[in-house]
Amino acid sequence: MKAILNIVEKVKPHFEKGGRFEKLHRSFEAFDTFLFVQGNVTSRGSHIRDAIDMKRTMFFVIIALVPALLFGMWNVGLQHYRAIGLEVTIFDQFLFGLVKVLPIIVVSYASGLAIEFLFATIRDHEVNEGFLVSGMLIPLIVPVTTPLWMVAVATIFAVIIGKEVFGGTGMNIVNPALLARAFLFFAYPSYLSGEVWIETTLLEGQQLVDGFSGATALAVLASGEGHLLPSVLDMFLGTIPGSIGETSTLAVLLGAIILVATGVGSLKIMASVVAGGLLMAGILNLVAVNEFMAIPPYYHLIMGGFAFGAVFMATDPVSATQTEKGKYIYGLLIGVITVLIRVVNPAYPEGMMLAILFMNVFAPLIDHYVMQANIKKRLRRYEKARAVA
Amino acid sequence: MEIASVLFCKRKNMSKVIRIKKGLDIPLLGEAEKILQQAPRADLYAVSPVDFHGLTPRLLVKEGDRVKAGTPLFYDKYHEDILFTSPVSGVFSLLVRGDKRRILELRIEPDATDDYIDFGVADLAAMSREEVRSLLLKSGMWPMIRQRPYSIIARTEIVPRSIFISCFSTAPLAADMDFLVKGEEDHFQKGLDVLSKLTDGKLYLGVHHQKTSSPAFLNAKNASVNHFSGPHPAGNVGIQIHHTEPINKGDVVWQVDVQDVITIGRLFVKGIHDATKVIALTGPEVLNPRYYRVTSGAQLASMVKGNIRIQKDVTPRFVSGDPLTGTKSSFNGFLGFYHSQVTVLPEGDQPELVGWIAPNLDKFSISRTFLSFLMPGKKYRHNTNIRSGERPFVVTGLYEKMLPMDILPMQLLKAIMINDIDKMEQLGIYEVAPEDFALCEYVCPSKIEIQSVIREGLDSMIREFS
Repeated sequence: MKAILNIVEKVKPHFEKGGRFEKLHRSFEAFDTFLFVQGNVTSRGSHIRDAIDMKRTMFFVIIALVPALLFGMWNVGLQHYRAIGLEVTIFDQFLFGLVKVLPIIVVSYASGLAIEFLFATIRDHEVNEGFLVSGMLIPLIVPVTTPLWMVAVATIFAVIIGKEVFGGTGMNIVNPALLARAFLFFAYPSYLSGEVWIETTLLEGQQLVDGFSGATALAVLASGEGHLLPSVLDMFLGTIPGSIGETSTLAVLLGAIILVATGVGSLKIMASVVAGGLLMAGILNLVAVNEFMAIPPYYHLIMGGFAFGAVFMATDPVSATQTEKGKYIYGLLIGVITVLIRVVNPAYPEGMMLAILFMNVFAPLIDHYVMQANIKKRLRRYEKARAVA
Repeated sequence: MEIASVLFCKRKNMSKVIRIKKGLDIPLLGEAEKILQQAPRADLYAVSPVDFHGLTPRLLVKEGDRVKAGTPLFYDKYHEDILFTSPVSGVFSLLVRGDKRRILELRIEPDATDDYIDFGVADLAAMSREEVRSLLLKSGMWPMIRQRPYSIIARTEIVPRSIFISCFSTAPLAADMDFLVKGEEDHFQKGLDVLSKLTDGKLYLGVHHQKTSSPAFLNAKNASVNHFSGPHPAGNVGIQIHHTEPINKGDVVWQVDVQDVITIGRLFVKGIHDATKVIALTGPEVLNPRYYRVTSGAQLASMVKGNIRIQKDVTPRFVSGDPLTGTKSSFNGFLGFYHSQVTVLPEGDQPELVGWIAPNLDKFSISRTFLSFLMPGKKYRHNTNIRSGERPFVVTGLYEKMLPMDILPMQLLKAIMINDIDKMEQLGIYEVAPEDFALCEYVCPSKIEIQSVIREGLDSMIREFS
């Protein structure tokens, strides 16, 4: 440790005021604080502080994403080899997925962090940790076949328009990762729908198996071919086509347990989203006139991005409601709107992304009403006291 | 009721118990043993105008003047009747100034024994409210009375709606008030009698439902006793006010600390400004944490000398007060006017390799992201490291768990940050003091200086309405 510290101390002067790389001092600081928790001590207010910080908070979200990430990599391989009808070992399946997914992660982090560092330098503030999570979320919610340049463009768009224009991490209105996804969805629709969920680039001598479809569960239902729906177990485990990290409800559940147990994620929001989804699906189920409405309500939780969105997207504290009471309303409405979009709107079989983005925009309004309720309560107390006096 | 469930209890005078659920007891090493020691007379004493928020002092003495215990040293420029007096007799030896010639300390070299100004033993029963008030002002005890809103020295022209005294502290390692009041029961009661003359409303004492045992508190006369239980900040007077008679717009209530009630009582019994008090010397860096009888304003060296752990690479931090709200001091610094506790913490000035992912068994956090959460009951040698630079608000729902008041903490903080006076008022700023938000500051992962923000908000309100 001493040796590394010495090196850091040695190069530090170059990045400080008057040094050769003065302009890069925010970048240097980011790496320095990454290597070391600094020896900065409290000067005002409380002399002691909880050991948690933003880096650790974000890091635990990434840990919670690991099950979904690893499963997603394996599933990419599994789906690919199923499509071409080849029997290979689990290890080979995983390796195939790793090779396909890793570049997407690298591109997402590289393009996003480049913007973050650039803005930190221009605005002269510390590099914020927010993108550590967004950079991992983006690869997990796109199809594996998304071209890398598209990932880069979407990420850059999301970071600049979704976050930096508002003032950076903590100031954004909508979830940047979802904005990246929405950008892809609306800018390049042909790359984000249809048969894009499975990597089917064929090598010489390979061919797709007969009757290969590659459609997601939601697409199957939307097109009224309910008999093609995968089994409940497959949908729960996640051995189905879909975005890289979203397919496995089990893996997402593991992540949810990590988030809730460590106190990083809000159980209130997760539970409300699930409750809202079940509620709406239950109502639609009662008045079912087609196959999509007739499915058991819990199907919605294990299909598409519902679980992933509820656990990792809706819980983003910056874009969610910030009052505790508001979180119930926010979550509930996300669940309701998701199912509504899925079932009632034939144009978008996946409602999760749109529902969360929609509620992101409405979160401040919900907070406003929660705040007004608090204000009115205080006012009533005041008037009551004055009436007595 | 969400925050505190009110139950009826037969054990103690049928009084109701207000159970505080939110908050946190930070497990720190170095709780003071219940041993009372007389601290040697300090080499120096000091009165610091900085201890009193918003005060602009005007000096009444010159360097080299002889002063007695009770001699006025300075007054408040904007409230000229509020005097600040010397705790000891001796020579006013040095005036310490800071930036912009701001007066930081008036240092006094003490005589071997104190020579007191005689204020005369008063017959309280025969005194009018005006006479009580002027005696308190003259003797320099008025600054012991603080008011809400704004958490400042009480304005002399206002008669408070009610007066609150918290008879237990839940702050980390705080002094046990049952122990402080031992032997001073009569003075405490006298102090209550004095204070009850100053309001038309009630005098409220807050006691801990299980822990408080001193009859001075439980059987206090001229006061109504409220029982509380729960973690810090249940002992904060602000929380107790909120759960008994919350402050509405236009209300003014007063708060006085137990030790100051005792000192006021002594003035009326003995006729002198006897500024002795008992403090708890606490913290992980203290070899033998225990209680000391000292005089207000004493140099810390007189208490901590020879009682500090000496280790390579570790500098001690001396805090006058508790670790959450105290004032940063030094070995040669002085005991603050309002403090009943001195805490010595290890400075956390050593960098830590990839500390943000290390499992860290020796760090405390309310998040369960440190393996230390597997060891409940463990006490920590908590240092002063801040861990990270300041960030915007990101995590939500944390402050709410630390503030047992029906107040939306983050929304109030944001209103203050944008200096929205109306919103601050609507969201309840009159009820709060920085100390009530100390735990929010402690847990904040964005490392926002929340107590300073609250103070800033209160100051804006003062400016707005003066």
